[in-house]
Amino acid sequence: MYLLRKGWAELKNEVFVLPSRSLVLLWVVALLALPLVYDDAYVLRILTMTCLFAVFAASWDLLAGYTGQVNFGHALFFGAGAYTSGLISLKLGISPWYTVWAGAVVATLFGLVVGYLCLRLRGSYLSLATLAFPLIALGILFAFPNFSGGELGVSGLRRLASTPTGNYYIAAVSMLAIVFGLWALADSKFGIVLHAIRDDEVAARASGINTPRYKIAVFAISGAAAGFSGALFAHYLRVAGPSALEVALSFQVVIWGIFGGAATIYGPVAAVFLLYPLTEWLGSFKAFGELRLLIFAVIVLLVLLFMPRGLAPWVRDKIETQCPRCKQRNRAWRSACRLCGASL
Amino acid sequence: MNGGVYALLAIGFSLIFGVARIVNIAHTAFYMLAAYCFYALLTKTGLGLVVSGIVAVCAVTLFSVVCYRLVIEPVREHESAVLIATIALALVFQELMLFIFGGHFLGIPSTLEGSLRFLGVTIPYQRLLILVVAAVMLAVVWFILYRTRLGLAIRATANDLEVANLMGMNVSRVAMATVAISVALASVAGVVVAPVYVVDPFMWLAPLVTMLAIVVLGGLGSLKGSLIGALIIGYVEAITVFAVPAGAYLKGAVALLIMVVVLLVRPEGLFGVAFEEER
Repeated sequence: MYLLRKGWAELKNEVFVLPSRSLVLLWVVALLALPLVYDDAYVLRILTMTCLFAVFAASWDLLAGYTGQVNFGHALFFGAGAYTSGLISLKLGISPWYTVWAGAVVATLFGLVVGYLCLRLRGSYLSLATLAFPLIALGILFAFPNFSGGELGVSGLRRLASTPTGNYYIAAVSMLAIVFGLWALADSKFGIVLHAIRDDEVAARASGINTPRYKIAVFAISGAAAGFSGALFAHYLRVAGPSALEVALSFQVVIWGIFGGAATIYGPVAAVFLLYPLTEWLGSFKAFGELRLLIFAVIVLLVLLFMPRGLAPWVRDKIETQCPRCKQRNRAWRSACRLCGASL
Repeated sequence: MNGGVYALLAIGFSLIFGVARIVNIAHTAFYMLAAYCFYALLTKTGLGLVVSGIVAVCAVTLFSVVCYRLVIEPVREHESAVLIATIALALVFQELMLFIFGGHFLGIPSTLEGSLRFLGVTIPYQRLLILVVAAVMLAVVWFILYRTRLGLAIRATANDLEVANLMGMNVSRVAMATVAISVALASVAGVVVAPVYVVDPFMWLAPLVTMLAIVVLGGLGSLKGSLIGALIIGYVEAITVFAVPAGAYLKGAVALLIMVVVLLVRPEGLFGVAFEEER
């Protein structure tokens, strides 16, 4: 009873005081409870993919938004995870429950290598150089069609769970775990160091931060998360194909990340949860089927014209204000700060 | 041959980046637009080859300026927003073309028949035309940049935007002129290439990657670097296709590998000058 009351008090004082936190809680509860009330296979399928892409977008944000290493080739990690896990489970017959981790590990190694190679590059050079890596990988895969399946990819993979609901829960739970993990990481001291590296690398190094080590580490972490989502994705679709390495996917994640608001983690996730079901939903209409990418691009353009910092920060600024004295966040409609009483 | 086309594309991209600091992903989408425009004019209206080519280039150039004013200009201060605005723009073009012309490959009849034997190598006139046009366009750009007042303004803005602004140049208008010049280059490339390749809505992706590799290889914002980079990458691709088994798949990979290696040795590219930290 005491624990219950304490939990309720915590909830009331920490979560319900801010509309953004309430929204996140609502979203988590809705995500976990959805299959219990409404288990349409099509909806679950779209949401499963959305969850996996959300992990992918969040991992890009840790790298590009926080550390400023704007990666144009993030599909490399996704594809590395997908192909590794797919090939191992197919050729060696190991259960996908284990190979998914192998995919994440290989993607981490790719992250270490790419991070090491890109240490001296900055800004636009880094973006354009990273764009090259998935294409190099793609060229190599196409050059050995017997091993990689060429343009068709590796197909006939096993799923992790047999029912749609099971697959949905695997994707949703791992998404929540990874996204909140990345969020906590980005809010920790580690995240502050990453901010410092993005804003002024020279100053960060001058204050005794080993910036190369941090940059490589963040490449590895981001690669691991992306590779994990790629591996899950391959097993969900039951095929690891070249589309997991394409330029289009790399650009897609950039669009999600910046549309939602870079350097927030929750922004890109929100963007995926808005944009991906939207495009799928538009695609379900016959008339819009061919136009859905067009509509998608136009929406992105329009939103950017009005909220150049991205969607999530814009919404957050509308519903919350910052106290001028103690810098705590408050509901926008309060007249005095909830902590120090200064008038807003 | 490919080197010439790449040079046209890469120099245009390099110009925009140097002057306006825009990483214009939609650059090769304009190249695709020009090819489609050329195709439509040629087959639907029955204009002559030269007329439709010129009209296509002018139309696409005008259109690019309109796009710049409507889409890029309002978000200029936010670098990342500009980036995805250009990506979205490219997607819009791709989908529009897909919607209007359909996804199949469209062939354009060769503009020049016949071929030339030179040192035992047969070169079709069409491919020769590409080289000649590329050379002429490069000469024109060189003339504009180094012998006119506009060129002086462009170079000054590329060198230091703030000081150029303080000296009384209309920086945004210079940026617009640069956009027009660079898109004109891309659309010329699109028009001359259209009869050799096939035209399809996804034709902008492959040259985009190669172009980026070239520009990075040569050094961002350096025109000389882009030209030499284009020649290097053009030759390397040709050699890989002929000399390596399964080379057609690997040609992109080898080109990009060269870029990565150069970047590792010299992070600012072959001819790049390390940009001052932007304030």
